[in-house]
Amino acid sequence: MKVMLSRWQFGVTITYHFLFVPLTIGLALLVAVMQVLAYRKRDPVWERLTEYFGALFLINFAVGVVTGIVQEFQFGMNWSNYSVFVGNIFGAPLAMEGLLAFFAESTFIGIWLFGRNRLPPLARTLSICVVSVATIVSAFFILTANAWMQHPVGYRIVGNKAELTDFWAVLRNSTLWAEFSHTVLAAFVTGAMFVLGVSAWRLLRGDNPDAFRRSAKLSSIVALVCVVLVMVTGDLQARLMDDQQPMKMAAAEAVYKTQAGASFSLLTIGNLSGQPVFQIRIPHLLSLIATTSWNGKVTGVAQAQHAEALKYGPGSYVPVLWVTYWSFRLMVGFGFVILIASAWALWRTRRGGKPFEFGRWTLWVLVACIATPFAANTFGWLFTEMGRQPWIVYGLMKTGLAGSPSVSVTDVAVTLGGFVFVYTALGVTDVILMYIVARRGLGPDDPDHGDQQRRPGGQPEASELVY
Amino acid sequence: MNGPVASLNTAWFALLGLVWTVYFVLEGFDFGVGMLSVAIARDDVDRRLCRNAIGPFWDGNEVWLIVAGGATFAAFPLWYASMFSGFYIALFLLLVALIVRGVSFEFRGKRDSRRWRATWDAALAVGSLVPAFAWGVVFTNLVHGLRLSGAGLFLGNFWALFTPVAVVGGLASLALFVAHGATFLSLKTSGPLAARARVTSMLVSPLGAALVAGTAAWLASGGPPGPGLVGGTVPIALAAACALAFVLSGVLVRFGRDGWAFALSALGIVAVSAAVFTALYPRVIVSRGPGPALTVWSAASAHYTLVVMTVVAAIFVPFVLAYQGWSWWVFRQRLIRPVPQPGPAPVTSSPRPRQ
Repeated sequence: MKVMLSRWQFGVTITYHFLFVPLTIGLALLVAVMQVLAYRKRDPVWERLTEYFGALFLINFAVGVVTGIVQEFQFGMNWSNYSVFVGNIFGAPLAMEGLLAFFAESTFIGIWLFGRNRLPPLARTLSICVVSVATIVSAFFILTANAWMQHPVGYRIVGNKAELTDFWAVLRNSTLWAEFSHTVLAAFVTGAMFVLGVSAWRLLRGDNPDAFRRSAKLSSIVALVCVVLVMVTGDLQARLMDDQQPMKMAAAEAVYKTQAGASFSLLTIGNLSGQPVFQIRIPHLLSLIATTSWNGKVTGVAQAQHAEALKYGPGSYVPVLWVTYWSFRLMVGFGFVILIASAWALWRTRRGGKPFEFGRWTLWVLVACIATPFAANTFGWLFTEMGRQPWIVYGLMKTGLAGSPSVSVTDVAVTLGGFVFVYTALGVTDVILMYIVARRGLGPDDPDHGDQQRRPGGQPEASELVY
Repeated sequence: MNGPVASLNTAWFALLGLVWTVYFVLEGFDFGVGMLSVAIARDDVDRRLCRNAIGPFWDGNEVWLIVAGGATFAAFPLWYASMFSGFYIALFLLLVALIVRGVSFEFRGKRDSRRWRATWDAALAVGSLVPAFAWGVVFTNLVHGLRLSGAGLFLGNFWALFTPVAVVGGLASLALFVAHGATFLSLKTSGPLAARARVTSMLVSPLGAALVAGTAAWLASGGPPGPGLVGGTVPIALAAACALAFVLSGVLVRFGRDGWAFALSALGIVAVSAAVFTALYPRVIVSRGPGPALTVWSAASAHYTLVVMTVVAAIFVPFVLAYQGWSWWVFRQRLIRPVPQPGPAPVTSSPRPRQ
């Protein structure tokens, strides 16, 4: 019961946190690109776009930061057995994330935000670039920790603990590089689809069409390139998974029996345990995804269960199949929606074309597509984390044994309720504020801004109040 | 324990002590400013000046806490596991406080409504007050001792943390951070706001000094489990140094020596933090039975992890100090209150990026 509540709490808080994180990583990149364009071309339009999307970035960043601390604390609070077991290995990437990424991120955001009239434009431009790099470094270290849970390497078991034996092995973990590239590219897609959707909305409102066409074009390029790469890296990851976590691959497809030349089911209605009422299947596709060969052998759930029971002792090693089956499909499906939407948007912004003059509902579709990367991200993580169950560290520790003995069920119930309440209020507020700020539109074209402090006069100039 | 292992464990204990110390010195003043932004501000401009005084720093300051958490997890997993699960509800409240406080910076100015701004002003004040008190309670408990099981886990509930001495310790940290924040505002602002900050600092600094001295004396006279390896005199002397520094800081503020006063209040927090860690060593959580205390040996990671962490810290900590120092240099000026303009003051529309 306690572990169940703790799992719900971790699931709720991490899902929520990860709505903000990919947008932070993606928007940091796009705002940095806009700032560089503004600086290189001394272009006031890019400068205003930078400020506009920068303001949205900052609101989002704030929520990402404060919900991130909750995640770090929760390992010790709710999962103390797990923390003792993995601390030798798992703690180091968390500490490094703080040291190498969060310090740079927070300090340089402060410099970028408050340095407008105090620093030369180049210093400000470099600051936001450092922020973007730092968000990516942070993703690398936290995924180092996660990849180790999916596929532990570079360790030995001593007593009741996993001890680090080879830190390079942990950093070179094949799972890490597949996860890292996939996740960061997906974050870029998230930021790009957000900028694209907001730009489409401003175009609908007739707010600075020349400026927002630029941001729409930039973001549709980034979205299209990155979503293609997301698919490539996702495919690499599927193959790794077939090798490292055959149960998860089988669970993604809910294939019961090992088969060669396995088909991929696009849709199943009915139950997943073998008697579908209606389904659409694409022949051989699953074998292609998992093994890159037409008739490759894909392990079934039953065989994977048998193999794991032989290896780890009796017990069930099957994750919740309807979750893995549907989350996998929804992740891939939303990915394809993004591919089509971004390709279409880019096509319409091409030179010589008549950009975005083909009906308001198309622009509204792009606005609605803001939600798609968030959905794909969430389903992707639900799949990979739920698909690892019953393991918390694959093959080494089961989730059921990982909790905190000194925390009571009541404690967890109280904090779960508390987090749900606070996070709901925070989420609603965040969305409303994003809307209010986005609605204000682009700031005025004000080339004199920035000379504020050099005005003549004996009186000391009043400080600029940012907050 | 053989030689190099033992010394690396001690080095990491010292390094963590340093990280916590830097955290308390830095976030200490922005907790103080957070509370004072409601207590001594007379109008909206004052409150905004308070926020902007810590604006470029507070987020970077908070990262020291994230690093302290991560480094404790990496270097002393059992300490991290026992402390974080043991202080479960207390840390939950602290997290909620840090959440509402953190978002208040970005949220406050986004809507032009008096009630809206008042809500986020309260969020900043309460969100600063709770952690300022909670950290005192947490660290007083670590020194005073908790009931630990044989496996090193806390036996008790949320209410068991509020022993009389821990409450006094919490009040001590609260007062120190208010005084530290007031001294910071004296240094960073000007005019009537700075004057009120000086009065606050003069009043609260001696109070903080008295509370620290009281907590230290109470802990020292607490009987078993007794002092650690460093002995009882060093932490007492450090706590006394903290009290002295704060008294002097309050006096210097009186004479307009804001910079020196802030340096002294910072030093005072360094001293009290050093007092906590020297009183603990070699323990990381003192035990009041039935299990043994957690120590820098029993709670630590294996040698190899400590070596990896040492290399990484040696390479990257200097960079962090360098650019955080640079940021301090860039934003070193005093904030000057805007001259009141005729007509309704446009207090909510900050210049960019929020028009």
